[in-house]
Amino acid sequence: MAEDIKNENGIHLTVADRRAVCNRHQYLQGSWNYERMQNGGWCYAMIPAIKKLYPKKEDQIEALKRHLEFYNTHPYMSAPVIGVTLAMEEERANGAPIDDQAIQGVKVGMMGPLAGVGDPLFWYTVRPILGALGASLALGGSIVGPLLFFIAWNIIRLAFLWYSQEFGYKVGTDISKDLSGGLLGRVTEGASILGMFIIGALVQKWVSISFTPVVSNVKLDSAAYIHWNKLPAGYKGIESAFDQYFNQGLSLTPTKTTTLQQNLDSLIPGLAALGLTLLVCKLLKKKVSPIVIILCLFGVGILGRVIGFM
Amino acid sequence: MNPISIVLVIIVAFLAGMEGILDEWEFHQPIVACTLIGLVCGHPTEGIILGGSLQFMALGWANIGAAVAPDAALASVASGIILMLALNGGTKDVTAAINTAIGAATALSVAGLFLTMICRTLAIPIVHGMDAAAEKGDFGAIDRLQIGAICMQGARIAIPAAALCFIPAQAVTGVLEAMPAWLSGGMTVGGGMVACVGYAMVINMMATKETWPFFVLGFVFATLKDLTLIALGLIGGCLAIIYLGLKELAKQGAGSTAGSGDPLGDILDDYE
Repeated sequence: MAEDIKNENGIHLTVADRRAVCNRHQYLQGSWNYERMQNGGWCYAMIPAIKKLYPKKEDQIEALKRHLEFYNTHPYMSAPVIGVTLAMEEERANGAPIDDQAIQGVKVGMMGPLAGVGDPLFWYTVRPILGALGASLALGGSIVGPLLFFIAWNIIRLAFLWYSQEFGYKVGTDISKDLSGGLLGRVTEGASILGMFIIGALVQKWVSISFTPVVSNVKLDSAAYIHWNKLPAGYKGIESAFDQYFNQGLSLTPTKTTTLQQNLDSLIPGLAALGLTLLVCKLLKKKVSPIVIILCLFGVGILGRVIGFM
Repeated sequence: MNPISIVLVIIVAFLAGMEGILDEWEFHQPIVACTLIGLVCGHPTEGIILGGSLQFMALGWANIGAAVAPDAALASVASGIILMLALNGGTKDVTAAINTAIGAATALSVAGLFLTMICRTLAIPIVHGMDAAAEKGDFGAIDRLQIGAICMQGARIAIPAAALCFIPAQAVTGVLEAMPAWLSGGMTVGGGMVACVGYAMVINMMATKETWPFFVLGFVFATLKDLTLIALGLIGGCLAIIYLGLKELAKQGAGSTAGSGDPLGDILDDYE
């Protein structure tokens, strides 16, 4: 590649070096700790580059210490940050006056905004959509569901890790400016529109609440239901019953039973599920723990079944 | 469980534990972990169904910043094992067994949260070890410490999973059969509702004045039972593209005309 030979006199990171960093970068969160968060994983990822760029032992020690500073961002969005850092370290190794503060400054400056993009994009849009798609297939016991989730997710992830790291490496220190250019913002906005649409559909399809109380029992007109005792004998009887049920639309029972659920469904199916979801949204905003809500829902379910309401 | 299954289950649990912190390959997501547990125990279909149901619950569980979400790794691995033990013990009602496993998963996701917090605290001395290694320029030691930290996260799930494997299958089945109908029925009703918690977390993250109408559209479109999720995805994708395109157009339009952006309004303004 062209950028590998841009400065023939200095030390350069080859594609292989950058791939080695990219591979190690997947273990970024492995030593996540309450003190300096992702610092250990970050240093671990930088090691192939440090070995290559700094032949002298004391430079290596300096570099290792420099990259054990506090660091925390979204694990995938960290890829462009490490790309930029590689470019800066390379220039520094070749004599450019880049000090420790500049490198730490770029890391800290990029990690906040990028985490702000990565969390909604990956954790709240791509994963729920792929997860819901896979899960809806899996509920029928189909292996396609888990496979679809696993393969699609990892293709997206690996491609993103590599190409955004390369992008960061090429753009170098200008990357922060480019991110405010708007493309990323539009992608995030489009993703959240699609995400909200799909979530709306999922609430309809997969949140199930059914109220069993009977609202009314109406006695039907004599001509509106099947008179089982007046059917002809033998198979003719069955034939006639099916004919009356399917073709003439007669009721199977002499009374018409309406449950509360049927009344609600005639407004719009899934109304109770929608209401419940919005209620949970409110509760979560009030900092009620999701675990508490889940346990309460199980409690309500058991209570509802005991008193015959649900 | 036979010895080979136990070894394989522990390997799956180890992978899930690692991924619970790394968040890369997603072996800790219920749909993947439960499927793998089902495969290695010889009940793939039940594992996949459990994974699918749990995945709906876990849709919005994500590690944000320093906060830790309910632990999907322990929830999916342990509930998977409980289901397998019940099936091996000869339980008849598979649906009830799956629902009970989901209930157990909820409790376990809290237990897993504490284990995660312990591991993240234990990682502090590990990075102090890295500091010491950096002083000496010892690359190998840093590598070993990083790998050690990841293995600790794997063990976080593998050890409880191994312990669960040695509970006799009859004991699990016994507990399941002893459950009264109102309890398992109630769990089923509750299980139908809990999916909304995951959705609510996602909604809170993405909802703006602009995106709410799309939520309503999705909800209404889904009443048409013929539309599959893929069809709905296409509709949603098209809506997003159309909306962003129109918005872009509106921005350009607003830039080129100096007036109020409303020709009739301009005429009315000039009328006096």
